[in-house]
Amino acid sequence: MAATGPHSAPEGGAVVSFRNAEKRYGPHIALRRLSLDIARGEFVALLGPNGSGKTTLLRMAATLVRPTSGAVAFPAYSRDDAASIKRRIGMIGHFTMLYDELTAAENLAFFAQLYGLDEPRRRAAASLEPVGLATRANDLVRTFSRGMRQRLALARALLASPSLLLLDEPATGLDREGVAWLAAALAQLRADGATIIMSSHEQGEVLSLATRAIALRSGAVLDDSNSPGDLRTIIEREAASSVNMWSASR
Amino acid sequence: MTPAGSNVGLTRATFSVFSKELRAEFRSFELLTSTIVFVLIVVFVFSFAFSPTHEDTRRFGAGFIWIALLFAGSLMLQPSFSRERPNDTLGAMVLAPIDPFAIIAGKMLANFFFLVLVEAVLLPAFSVLYDVSLLPVIGPLAGVMFLGTFGIAVVGTVFAAISAQARMRELLLPLLLLPALVPVLIASAGATAGLLADPPDLPRTWIFVLIGFDVVFLTAAWLFGGYLLEE
Repeated sequence: MAATGPHSAPEGGAVVSFRNAEKRYGPHIALRRLSLDIARGEFVALLGPNGSGKTTLLRMAATLVRPTSGAVAFPAYSRDDAASIKRRIGMIGHFTMLYDELTAAENLAFFAQLYGLDEPRRRAAASLEPVGLATRANDLVRTFSRGMRQRLALARALLASPSLLLLDEPATGLDREGVAWLAAALAQLRADGATIIMSSHEQGEVLSLATRAIALRSGAVLDDSNSPGDLRTIIEREAASSVNMWSASR
Repeated sequence: MTPAGSNVGLTRATFSVFSKELRAEFRSFELLTSTIVFVLIVVFVFSFAFSPTHEDTRRFGAGFIWIALLFAGSLMLQPSFSRERPNDTLGAMVLAPIDPFAIIAGKMLANFFFLVLVEAVLLPAFSVLYDVSLLPVIGPLAGVMFLGTFGIAVVGTVFAAISAQARMRELLLPLLLLPALVPVLIASAGATAGLLADPPDLPRTWIFVLIGFDVVFLTAAWLFGGYLLEE
């Protein structure tokens, strides 16, 4: 299956647009002249083995990483200033992006302050409700299980109601119940019109929501498709490839 | 989906980061406890190594105070950014729609505050161990300590941000920080020595050097601080 190249964005322009974006860390090339458009409302599954460039692509879309060459633009938000564009982006990284030494409520209240939300404490308390952590609001994050931290990370990412959600392997370490909860939460966000880009190693409930699959190899696009048949094939192939690589490395 | 919230000004964002730093530290006291113990050990060891007379204290005491503070600073400032790494919390802050300098400024203020707390323990200990009364010059001394400590906090926070992205970060910070702080050390020790002399005198030249140093480095941090936080 050949790479179909960048999809053209529908009306309103692409939410994120990579134009020959390349990222180098010394001699290592993390992303190679990537050109992609992510359209409004898409749920993109970003696939590929470790080191294929998934995290770099996500962090570039989050404005956390500046391309060494090329550009990343947000055509759909072209009237916004840099701060307003950032306000539209929510991210769950490879790590929790939470302070272990603060409570769940303190973490959310702190980020609510940084996002200029009214009544940060009340907002934090309200955000803990849908992720099922209201009863643990005053507990330190360091006492939380992986699943609870991931729920709190999602609550933090959704604090300012972002329209672009970037998820870096959000299901890692979650049990079945946690994965089901994450899938339900993402389905709701998709129904609300959010654009989601999610990296993952595994197929499953969460990836079944994807409307487009992009497979990366060594920082370049190997496959890119939004046709349902191709999408399933790419997801299954990448999942099998991850299992094989894991087995070979043992 | 329409994003919520309004633009957060530099002052408000700085205060939020400052408050978060204080809350995190006062929950564990890890950094403050270890730095205070370290600074007391340094002053204690100096007093036994040199057995200073009253005259020696007037001549060398200011240097002891500032060397102890400089070492304490390099110890205390190290985790300022490196402890944001394990959970990528720095990434979460950079992602927020605030001026990136607010992150650096909030940490600068917190580090300044922590260093002032260390001095609140260091100076009485110095006074007792070296048998010198600081009370008659406490006003001007507080001014000198303020300017010198602010310089350490400003430069130290900037270099902590730089070194946090390096591999040998524990080694890199003292290597960058100590030479950069030589002007602060000389000016602060010079001004403090004047205050410990008999009769006490506050050399204005050193005060102007300290003010100039603080203004230059704070302006540089404000202009280029955003680049320090980029990957």
